[in-house]
Amino acid sequence: MMHTADLLKVFAQHRGDAIVISGRGGRHWTEISDGVTDIPLGDPAMGGHAGFGLGLALAQPNKRVVLFDSEGDILMSLGQLPTIAEQAPANFYHFILDNEVYATTGGQPVPNSKNIDYAGIARSSGYPRAFNFAELDDFSRELPGILRAPGPVFVALKVFPEVENTPIGQRVRWRKRSADKVVQDLRGALGAG
Amino acid sequence: MAEAASLSPETVMRQMKQNGVTDIVWLPDSETNWLFLLMKADPDLRLVGVTREGHGCSIAAGLYAGGRKPMMLIQNTGMLESGDSIRGWLMGLNVPIVLMVGYRGYTRHGVNTDTAATYTERFLMAFNISFYLVENDGDSDRITTAFQEAERTRKPVVVLVGDEYHGFNR
Repeated sequence: MMHTADLLKVFAQHRGDAIVISGRGGRHWTEISDGVTDIPLGDPAMGGHAGFGLGLALAQPNKRVVLFDSEGDILMSLGQLPTIAEQAPANFYHFILDNEVYATTGGQPVPNSKNIDYAGIARSSGYPRAFNFAELDDFSRELPGILRAPGPVFVALKVFPEVENTPIGQRVRWRKRSADKVVQDLRGALGAG
Repeated sequence: MAEAASLSPETVMRQMKQNGVTDIVWLPDSETNWLFLLMKADPDLRLVGVTREGHGCSIAAGLYAGGRKPMMLIQNTGMLESGDSIRGWLMGLNVPIVLMVGYRGYTRHGVNTDTAATYTERFLMAFNISFYLVENDGDSDRITTAFQEAERTRKPVVVLVGDEYHGFNR
C-alpha cells in the first residue's frame, strides 16, 4: 500500500500543465499546488467526480485532465465507466485512491473491498488501458509512460486509509476556495468565464 | 390563431441551436427517439449518453467548467433519482443549465394515475428549482426563457415536456 501524500508528490513531478481534479486526494494536493488549474471540489455529491472529469476533458481536448477519484465513488457510479469509455477522451487520466474503507465516515469497510479488481472493471467497461498498483516503486516507475500515452486510462492505487472520526462540524477545513470559486477561477483561466 | 397540437422534435432542436447548446447529456426515454435522430445528425452537437440520470449532472458541470454549454435531456423519473446530484453538482457549483424533463404521467387536468407525475412538481418546488411547462410548439419560446433564467441566476432551470404521450414522438 501507498501513502496518498507520497504518490501525489511523485505525480507532481510529472504533472506538466495538466488540469488536476484532486478529488479524495484534495487535502494533500492542495499543499502541493492550489492554482487555477487545480480543482479541489471537496465532495459535491459522492460518485460524481468521474463524470466531472469526463465533462472537463471533453470540453478541453487539448489539455490533459487528471482525476484522483476513489473506489467508494466509483462503486457508487459504475455506470459512468462505459460512458467515459464510449466518449474516449484521449486527454483523460483517471486515477482512483483505493483505501478499502469509507474513511471520512469513520473507516467502515467498502463491500468486498479486498477482492475487487478495479482495473478489470474499467477494462471490461471499455477503457483501452487500465492498471492496478499497490507499491510506490512500481507506480513511480510506470507513471511517466502512463502519462505519455493517450487516454482514457484508468489507474487504481492501493492507499493506506486516513480515517477521520472527528465530527464533521469540528473538522479543520483544508480547502482555501469554495467549489464554486474553483470552477469560476478555472473558467476565467480558460477564457470562458 | 389555433395552437399547434404537439411539440415537434424540430422545434426543440431549433431552441437548442438558438440558445447555443453545445452538448446534450441525456438518457433516452420512450418518447425521444425522433429527437435523438435529429441530434445525432447534427455535427455541431455532442451527445453524451449516460446510464443513470444522476451521472449526467456532474458531466454537465464538468462541461460547463471547461467552457461548454451543456443541456440535459431526461425523464421525470430520472430527475427524481438525481436529487443529490442536482443539489451538489448543479446547484452547488452554480451551473446555469436547462434540463428538459419528460413529464411522464402528465394529464393536464391534474388527475393522474402515475406517481412519477404526482411528485414531479413537488420535487422541483422542494428544491426551489424554477420550471416551465411546454406542451406544444406554441409554448416553445418558454425554452428560451428557461435558458435566459439559467444564465441570469446561474442555476439549473427545468423545462417540463408535457407532451409525452401524444406527439413528442411520431
